[in-house]
Amino acid sequence: MKGIITVVGKDRVGIIAKVCTLLSERNINILDISQTIVQGFFNMMMIVDLSNSTETFEKNEEDLERLGEKIGVVIKLQREEIFNTMHRI
Amino acid sequence: MITRLEVQETNKMIEESKLDVRTITLGISLQDCADSNIEKLNKKIYDKITKTAKDLVKTGEEIEREFGIPIVNKRISVTPISIVAAGCRTDSYVSIAHTLDRAAKEVGVNFIGGFSALVQKGCNSSDKILIKSIPQALAETQRVCSSVNLGSTRTGINMDAVKEMGDIIKRTAEATKDKDSIGCAKLVVFCNAPEDNPFMAGAFHGVGERECVINVGVSGPGVVKKALETVKGKDFETLCETVKKTAFKITRVGQLVAKEASKRLNVPFGIIDLSLAPTPAIGDSIAEILEEMGLERAGAPGTTAALALLNDNVKKGGVMASSYVGGLSGAFIPVSEDQGMIKAVEAGALSLEKLEAMTCVCSVGLDMIAIPGDTSKETISGIIADEMAIGMVNSKTTAVRIIPVIGKKEGDIVEFGGLLGYAPIMSVNNFSCKEFIQRGGRIPAPIHSFKN
Repeated sequence: MKGIITVVGKDRVGIIAKVCTLLSERNINILDISQTIVQGFFNMMMIVDLSNSTETFEKNEEDLERLGEKIGVVIKLQREEIFNTMHRI
Repeated sequence: MITRLEVQETNKMIEESKLDVRTITLGISLQDCADSNIEKLNKKIYDKITKTAKDLVKTGEEIEREFGIPIVNKRISVTPISIVAAGCRTDSYVSIAHTLDRAAKEVGVNFIGGFSALVQKGCNSSDKILIKSIPQALAETQRVCSSVNLGSTRTGINMDAVKEMGDIIKRTAEATKDKDSIGCAKLVVFCNAPEDNPFMAGAFHGVGERECVINVGVSGPGVVKKALETVKGKDFETLCETVKKTAFKITRVGQLVAKEASKRLNVPFGIIDLSLAPTPAIGDSIAEILEEMGLERAGAPGTTAALALLNDNVKKGGVMASSYVGGLSGAFIPVSEDQGMIKAVEAGALSLEKLEAMTCVCSVGLDMIAIPGDTSKETISGIIADEMAIGMVNSKTTAVRIIPVIGKKEGDIVEFGGLLGYAPIMSVNNFSCKEFIQRGGRIPAPIHSFKN
């Protein structure tokens, strides 16, 4: 199962590192990363493969949200299908 | 592969423009619950609903989490109770409404529809019992919704029932007068009622439907408004194309949620209802879309044309996005549930008559309109008859959900709370239609209904 992680918020040191650490601890593989910073505003999208994750989707989603709260950004994990369905025929 | 911009667009629609799936409605047939003993009937109904819908809310919440899309309501529709209870030896169906209410509470849904009767050509004895039970049923329950189909293009209009419903609406208002007559917000009368509508108060599980089915209502007026902000001043072709593309995207999300819910609940997928449904939240309004098109206020000249093009292009975009489209599929123009409509009424831009004209080009009719509590039952029947005639002649669904708020007069404000919002009491034309309504009988089907 593929998921999309988005991180939005004020830029600071170590955002990607913290997210990636959490993912690697759970055996979630990163397939693609893209990010920009506009006027100090951090905006990142990751495509991840959750097929071998050691945790459930729900737990991953909750923990990423909590991590975001801790480091002052908004982190969301969503199933990829919602984006594919909306933007691809 | 999906791009960052596309991901951003979707999430902006959800976060800023309030894109959501308005309802997942589980339709359940209660035909096999029939019993001549009302206690046994009630038990069978309770058991069937609580068994069939036990995972509905949980599944809805799981889907919400995983896809990151809010699913505002999880609801249930059942076979019209006048059919289910027809074989019962009783003179009141109020206890069945209590059973539906209890079952809805048990499984955690906020509304259950189907305390209904289909009387477009005439009332049988069971229909009569159901209609008589409506005021008490709606006063004593919280989650039960009631609907009555009074006419159709194929059969004409049952004017006896139109007359009776004017009285029933008044009685329902009286029975719930300590709560601003809120009982009437859960009661709707139809012409050409769809049997697979997922939206309340008019949802019921039609007799031509299978055992159970998942119907989904999408929404997203805010998304359409946001999209139209980018084409300010452009011609109608551009305007229509923009609505169409946006509707396509919105509907695809509905289709995804419907398929997913159907798979997880192991219940077949029925239809997607393409209606744009507003909520009282700012930025989730049909009136604001009309204003974005270039009208100072909803109700200004041009409003009917603007609504017609909106409705048509939502359908054109939506039809391609879903394998099955049904239900009401139109734009909802409820006054109390739409901040822009409320403002338009308060500013004097929007009258009951203009709303009636607008219902000729969108699907739902006069919806959530508060009127003075002293409006006569015949006048209410007259308003219903007009709306039924529009539906009958134009081969479309029309409805009336009107609330004569006991103790309130024109210009007062009534607060229903939650998704039902608040509304200013609108002015009603009080010239009498008493003699017309009291004639009784049926209005025959229109000539263009004879298509065979």
